[in-house]
Amino acid sequence: MLKLGKNDLGVFGFVVAITLLAPFLMNPFPEGSALAQFNAGYPDLMQRFVIFGIFAIGFNILFGLTGYLSFGHAAFLGVGSYAAVWMFKLLTMNIIPAIILAVLISGLFALVIGYVSLRRSGIYFSILTLAFAQMSFSLAYSVLTPITNGETGLQITLNDPRVLDTVNTTGNLPVTGLFGLEMRDTATLEIAGWAFQFNVGFYVSALIMLAAFYLSIRVFRSPFGLMLRAIKTNQNRLNYTGLNSRPYTLAAFVISGMYAGLAGGLMASMDPLAGAERMQWTASGEVVLMTILGGAGTLLGPILGAGFIKYFENIFSKINDNVLHGWFNFMPDFMENVMVTIIHPFVGKGWHLTLGLLFMIIVIFLPGGLVDGGTRLWKRLLTRKQDNSSSVVATTPAK
Amino acid sequence: MSKFVVNRRTLIKSGAVAGVGLAMPTILTRPSFAYTNEPTGSSVTLGFNVPQTGPYADEGNDELLAQQLAVEHLNGEGDGGCLNTFTSKALKGNGILGKKVTFVTGDTQTKSDAARASAKSMIEKDGAIMINGGSSSGVAIAVQGMCQDAGVIFMAGLTHSNDTTGKDKKANGFRHFFNGYMSGAALAPVLEGVYGKERRAYHLTADYTWGWTQQESIAAATEAIGWETVKNVLTPLASTDFSSYISPVLNSGADVLVLNHYGGNMINSLTNAIQFGLLDKQVNGKDFAIVVPLYSELMAAGAGENIKGVYGSMNWNWQLPDDGTKSFVKSFGEKYGKPPSNSAQTCYAQTLLYADACERAGTFNPCGVGEALEGFEFDGLGNGPTLYRAADHQCFKDVLVVKGAENPTTAYDTLEIVEVTPRAQVEYAPDHPMFAGGNLGKCNPGA
Amino acid sequence: MVSMMDAILLQILNGLDKGSAYALIALGLTLIFGTLGVVNFAHGALFMIGAFCAVTLQKILNISTITIDPEKTDFLGKPLQVKTPLVETWFGEVAGNAIINWNVPIAIFFSIPIMLAIGFIMERGLIRHFYKRPHADQILVTFGLAIVLQEIIKAFYGANPIPTPAPDVFRGSFDFGVMIGFAKNAIIYPYWRLVYFTFSTAVICAVFAFLQFTTFGMVVRAGMADRETVGLLGINIDRRFTIMFGVAAAVAGLAGVMYTPINSPNYHMGMDFLVLSFVVVVVGGMGSLGGAVLAGFLLGILESFASMNEVKGFFEAIFLPSIDQIIIYLIAIIVLLARPRGLLGRKGVMEE
Repeated sequence: MLKLGKNDLGVFGFVVAITLLAPFLMNPFPEGSALAQFNAGYPDLMQRFVIFGIFAIGFNILFGLTGYLSFGHAAFLGVGSYAAVWMFKLLTMNIIPAIILAVLISGLFALVIGYVSLRRSGIYFSILTLAFAQMSFSLAYSVLTPITNGETGLQITLNDPRVLDTVNTTGNLPVTGLFGLEMRDTATLEIAGWAFQFNVGFYVSALIMLAAFYLSIRVFRSPFGLMLRAIKTNQNRLNYTGLNSRPYTLAAFVISGMYAGLAGGLMASMDPLAGAERMQWTASGEVVLMTILGGAGTLLGPILGAGFIKYFENIFSKINDNVLHGWFNFMPDFMENVMVTIIHPFVGKGWHLTLGLLFMIIVIFLPGGLVDGGTRLWKRLLTRKQDNSSSVVATTPAK
Repeated sequence: MSKFVVNRRTLIKSGAVAGVGLAMPTILTRPSFAYTNEPTGSSVTLGFNVPQTGPYADEGNDELLAQQLAVEHLNGEGDGGCLNTFTSKALKGNGILGKKVTFVTGDTQTKSDAARASAKSMIEKDGAIMINGGSSSGVAIAVQGMCQDAGVIFMAGLTHSNDTTGKDKKANGFRHFFNGYMSGAALAPVLEGVYGKERRAYHLTADYTWGWTQQESIAAATEAIGWETVKNVLTPLASTDFSSYISPVLNSGADVLVLNHYGGNMINSLTNAIQFGLLDKQVNGKDFAIVVPLYSELMAAGAGENIKGVYGSMNWNWQLPDDGTKSFVKSFGEKYGKPPSNSAQTCYAQTLLYADACERAGTFNPCGVGEALEGFEFDGLGNGPTLYRAADHQCFKDVLVVKGAENPTTAYDTLEIVEVTPRAQVEYAPDHPMFAGGNLGKCNPGA
Repeated sequence: MVSMMDAILLQILNGLDKGSAYALIALGLTLIFGTLGVVNFAHGALFMIGAFCAVTLQKILNISTITIDPEKTDFLGKPLQVKTPLVETWFGEVAGNAIINWNVPIAIFFSIPIMLAIGFIMERGLIRHFYKRPHADQILVTFGLAIVLQEIIKAFYGANPIPTPAPDVFRGSFDFGVMIGFAKNAIIYPYWRLVYFTFSTAVICAVFAFLQFTTFGMVVRAGMADRETVGLLGINIDRRFTIMFGVAAAVAGLAGVMYTPINSPNYHMGMDFLVLSFVVVVVGGMGSLGGAVLAGFLLGILESFASMNEVKGFFEAIFLPSIDQIIIYLIAIIVLLARPRGLLGRKGVMEE
């Protein structure tokens, strides 16, 4: 089915299921309950999950397959966002031209940067990509302000031409849409204390992510993907066979740059603003962390990694002392204060600390990231269970 | 235990299937509220969006403390603070419109993207009815635009760029803080009195929008008193060491250095300038001088002794003698053990003003609230008689000219107030060229 | 007006100074790269912790007894609490003040054992387990560690920079130009920057001498070139590498301590330097200590040149405004394209 192998089909089906059911899965706690703080099922964050998922999937095509660690991938995301917002300003609020242009421009940009950077390998390649991205960031923040609107970020305004759209007389900014469907439209479903939000923008992004994910599986399983793995394993040997590996790495680089551009274009489609910080090295570093955290080279890893980091950024940063007191107010005052004091450093303004600790814990105890480590852990559990069950009789008397 | 989970899951699933079926006809229509997040229960939620990580985390923390204090006062807890001095008596200390005030917090990270994400989560997830706070102009403008689209009121925190209420002004956004133009208008006469009419100024300017608008404002104001602008050098945001920008200053023929920097940039550039001994020099037969147009308490603390004798401007300072200031400083100081910063005061005042506007409008509808704030004149929150101008949603009040104290006695009086520039002197026409090009648009209630 | 000569000389001085900070950090980073083959994203954090050793010492020296002065009032109108540092009570006002004043130089001795200890603990407790792991894992774990370290500092000291001034005798500047025959005010140079430059040159020389002229250093260099063979010779190379990690941490820490008077330290100063120091190391060439130092000074000087008004003007004329924004990265690209392994890099180090 879908020209996928059995395992891949399983993974793909799993991703389809969790994505489409995300509004339910992300909202496990009823509204108003103390744990509702951990709900992530609101449109903005769900959109971010899938968009950064696309970004990480694309990054994984380069890093996971070829082993080339780009430290400047955020530049493509940024360029994609700028291209998309310019389409909203000049042409129309329909997201299709914006996304197409975002992918094309970032692909071109990736072609240029990749052509130069791929002349080197290893850390030299990483630093070249980093340098290009940092240059793009610095220039976008300052000199290129006429194009990027610098510090403030590029936004749509009432005075933009938007030649394809009808004249806007509402006095309000137009919203992004897809042939009449507004991206921000949300329907809420209330069932016995739960409130599930279904957002058009999220489902549009989700479908695009599923398409992108499907494509990445196909790339992974294609002869091209095999070639990329060969490059990772031993580029020298490949070169000795007379094969020029550069076109393959360049293709991978451009494809993953286009994924980043797609993510950037989608991000702008959900929220028409493009800021220069999207291109800063910290943003490039974030996608590296997402991929490694989830498991570089695995299909599912990058998506999990992206969700993991975005979850902590958006949920943990919002837990303040007030919320903590709310959780523990069933305890006596003394205990309540102790608990709040203990947890306080790890939430709210301390969410970085939690994230840093989790990075360390995960990489120490789950080598290879969430997916690899998780699978290994699962297998060990399974074998232990079997061991236990088979040796039950033998061990019982000894006790 | 596991049985319960299974039950709940199946419950959700079957409920969902039924729900989707039932909701299908209406699925792409929005709930029928009069405006975004209309409070239906007994409480109303405010969203406080401040930097909690990154270089401005301390600034953000101060804002957060002030906002929590404001919520206490609105709910009738504590000593009431400025509710006792505020000239509008609409607030009774029973919440807003009889609803108890609660709040949620978010981290802007001083990045436009993150700030919008956290504001959105407060609106979409927590049902926040307004967003308050922030400590950079880029973030303020980005969040202001988002709030306009979402249909909630935005009260900017610390934002000093002319653009916030100029080219990027929005109907749903209001700014209590002053701006670059007002800094220039307040500083110039004082600088003229201290340093004379014949000065040559060398500007170092942070190379982004805020830096440019402030430089433009200060250069225009000082040129009007006869100063000459020798050179304006743009410095990269990421600079940490400004030595290579400072060292040519002495040879340029300039006798004043204007540092259009904020936060860490300003602390470093001023520290470097002092290291190079600029203030000990004489050029053109005059003592060399340094001006930092925008001060904050945290910048003063970070620069330490280097600010001695250096002039600048501020939105507000805890040493002001009026009653509003005194009662705010008293309740803040007694609760947190330190005097509030000017960004804290801004966020505190904005929270009260928003609540007051709701009371006077009799609704939380952003259009009603906006109307109540537009053209609103009041006193008793510090800075004397204050106006929220309808034309651009900029607040007009007295501006402070301050200088680094020569002999501070505590960690808190490192800045001393030199002059309180009256409001009339810093006012400008809404269509002033530095603020031109924007359009408030119409208020958006979101529904 | 000023001649071009002065301006150039001035920027070389500025560049040497910037460069010495880059060189010191890059040197430590290369020691770890080169000896242990570990990508250490926590190296910037070590620099930051060094700086906060100076801050901590300042806090310790300022531990005070509190007396109440009824004459004066604090901001709430209550009697003012006057703080008298304990060192003043113990050693008298003059000596006590002098000690507080010399905080930063004293912090050098305070920081060395702390940084060595942190280095040892880091290597034994964490990094050791990652020698055989892929670089990706090393990046993740050291980046996580860097975040944790800086968040701990933030929890104690806040996010705002903390002024940590140099001793009074080193404040201000001297007229270097007059000393070598230029006009007055042409070349002004702060005392502390001269101290910093001298200090870092001394540290760099000491590290090189240690590696070059001691048996210990010889073994380490042999280990860098071929770890397995050295191990087979029966030498406990692991222990030596642990010590080298400690040394690298101490070098980064010292760079941080001495940097505090130049710019007030804050908790994320390590991250600010991190990317830059990686660029420096790679431009210098992987595995080359000399390359790291050379690249540090080179980039420092070129960065200073790029901020000259004349240079900015020239590039603006050829449609490359704000050259100072991108100079470091531009140089990095040019160097790496012209020389495949940076300035002095060895073949095969971190190339795959």
